[in-house]
Amino acid sequence: MEDIIKAEHLTKYYGDFLAVKDISFSVKKGEIFGFLGPNGAGKTTTIRMLTGILKPSEGKIRIFGLDAEKNMVSLKERMGIVPEMANPYIDLTAMQNMMLIGHLYGMKKKEMKERSIELLRLFGLYEKRDKKVHSFSKGMKQRLSLAMAMLPDPELLFLDEPTSGLDVMSARLIKRIIKDENKNGKTVFMSTHNMNDANELCNRIAIINHGKIVAIDTPERIKRIGREHTVIEFSVEPFRFDKNIVPDVEKVKVMGDKIRIYTKDVDTVIKNIVNYARKEGLKIISLNTQKPSLEDVFVYLVGGKNE
Amino acid sequence: MSKFSQFSRSLAIVKKDMLIFYLKGPVIIMGLLFPFFLFGAFLIGRNLSHEYLFVALISMTAFFTSTAVGPTIIPWETRGKTFERLMSSPISITTVLLGDMQASFYFGLFITSAISLIVIFLHISLNLLIFIPAVILALLTFSAMTILMSSYPPTDVPADVMMLSSLVKFTLLFISGIFVPLEKLPLYARAVSAISPLTYLVDALRYSTNLSGYFPLWIDLLALLLFALIFFFSGVAVHKKVLERRFT
Ligand SMILES: Nc1ncnc2c1ncn2[C@@H]1O[C@H](COP(=O)(O)OP(=O)(O)O)[C@@H](O)[C@H]1O
Ligand SMILES: [Mg+2]
Repeated sequence: MEDIIKAEHLTKYYGDFLAVKDISFSVKKGEIFGFLGPNGAGKTTTIRMLTGILKPSEGKIRIFGLDAEKNMVSLKERMGIVPEMANPYIDLTAMQNMMLIGHLYGMKKKEMKERSIELLRLFGLYEKRDKKVHSFSKGMKQRLSLAMAMLPDPELLFLDEPTSGLDVMSARLIKRIIKDENKNGKTVFMSTHNMNDANELCNRIAIINHGKIVAIDTPERIKRIGREHTVIEFSVEPFRFDKNIVPDVEKVKVMGDKIRIYTKDVDTVIKNIVNYARKEGLKIISLNTQKPSLEDVFVYLVGGKNE
Repeated sequence: MSKFSQFSRSLAIVKKDMLIFYLKGPVIIMGLLFPFFLFGAFLIGRNLSHEYLFVALISMTAFFTSTAVGPTIIPWETRGKTFERLMSSPISITTVLLGDMQASFYFGLFITSAISLIVIFLHISLNLLIFIPAVILALLTFSAMTILMSSYPPTDVPADVMMLSSLVKFTLLFISGIFVPLEKLPLYARAVSAISPLTYLVDALRYSTNLSGYFPLWIDLLALLLFALIFFFSGVAVHKKVLERRFT
């Protein structure tokens, strides 16, 4: 299938700081492609490079088969962009914000008016169309942001954390609309730090951490990366754990009063845990094994915080 | 992307600026109230001809109104993150700045035109063929100056830019020939005056009344035009240079 976005060896320095390190990927027509990673991973930096806001330090970007750097202004006619911060003009009304975007995309007046009304209805903002955005909640601002991006009916949408920090209703509505847009043939590039959103929405996911892509595949196949692993979750009292005691452990993560261990050798690890508990005089409260979820794989790939 | 479509998109920027920035407090104070206080102060205790007062009033009004809106637009947008939204649209930074410059220009044009009507009560003969082009050219020059003023430092604190640009504006005002005619200044002071674009508007406006100017009229107009071009293109160049620093 046709590559809508093709990024090769993208690298971005902020001064001396290397924020994105030599990443390559391509996005196919009709895909929802997710960039999944923790805060500071380089998601926004990558989107800003793809949308011409930042110039890559190294690497090449092709969008719709054209060199992005040379053709950015005209390429943007075919792209709708929702930047990271919900950022419509707060001193303008919802409708004025829509019309501004319509004019900037060179739309005809009648067309932009009709489509604005249609989109404001879709996003549940029609009643508030003549209210200044000043008074809007974060969820409303984000819905308006997406409506603005969709106004020129672009073939390609860039959404930077579209549901991050929103109320449940706004997040659900936005996700539904992203899916509908995709069903209508639109290609979507979105970033998120939320596994569930990525799992629910995306056809393919790139997991990015510290500016590097660590995995890139369908959610199902990414889950399979962890297939040969088992997650052992257990809890002891009094709570104490020395991770050096247990050999053959890939990763240990403490979550509340539970310890999660990622391993390929269930037998040895469980025997060791039991021995450890016996020797230290600890009481085992719970012990179970699970197959890794997408979240487990994500944690496994990018590393947990409280290891 | 045709130049024409970029120009017509710059009009959308103008409209947005008018809706948002024309009514902001600092714009009203610096652009409307301030020139008149200053004019009042300049008037007190001096026995000056109507022509002289008219030239001073129009010069000051044109200068302050057309520089009131411009300097802070981009810092405001940087702070509100709306600048990233604009730059995500199919327009170039030059288009955005062309829009902002026009917003300054129209603000100056409306108010200076309204104030110019005062001429009806002053019994002075005004040569409109000189007056109108000189004022329009000067408004363009001052508007272009705000593009340069808003470019550096690439701050998101509008007050910082306000302060810096006011400093520059007052310097340019005091070294211009507005308070003391150039021919009465010592030679070194005349040389300093030549740095201020306002000097050339004052000089050109003197020709539009029956006062005599210091430079030939064509020099005044040419100087304004050169200032306009230098301000705009150097402003655009600096904005391009520091663009990425506005996104954090
Ligand atoms: N303008 C900037 N100047 C310096 N460092 C930056 C800038 N923007 C982002 N960074 C750094 O680059 C890294 C990646 O940031 P970002 O792309 O915003 O990550 P994400 O969107 O995944 O949270 C972070 O460590 C961040 O602190
Ligand atoms: Mg981000």
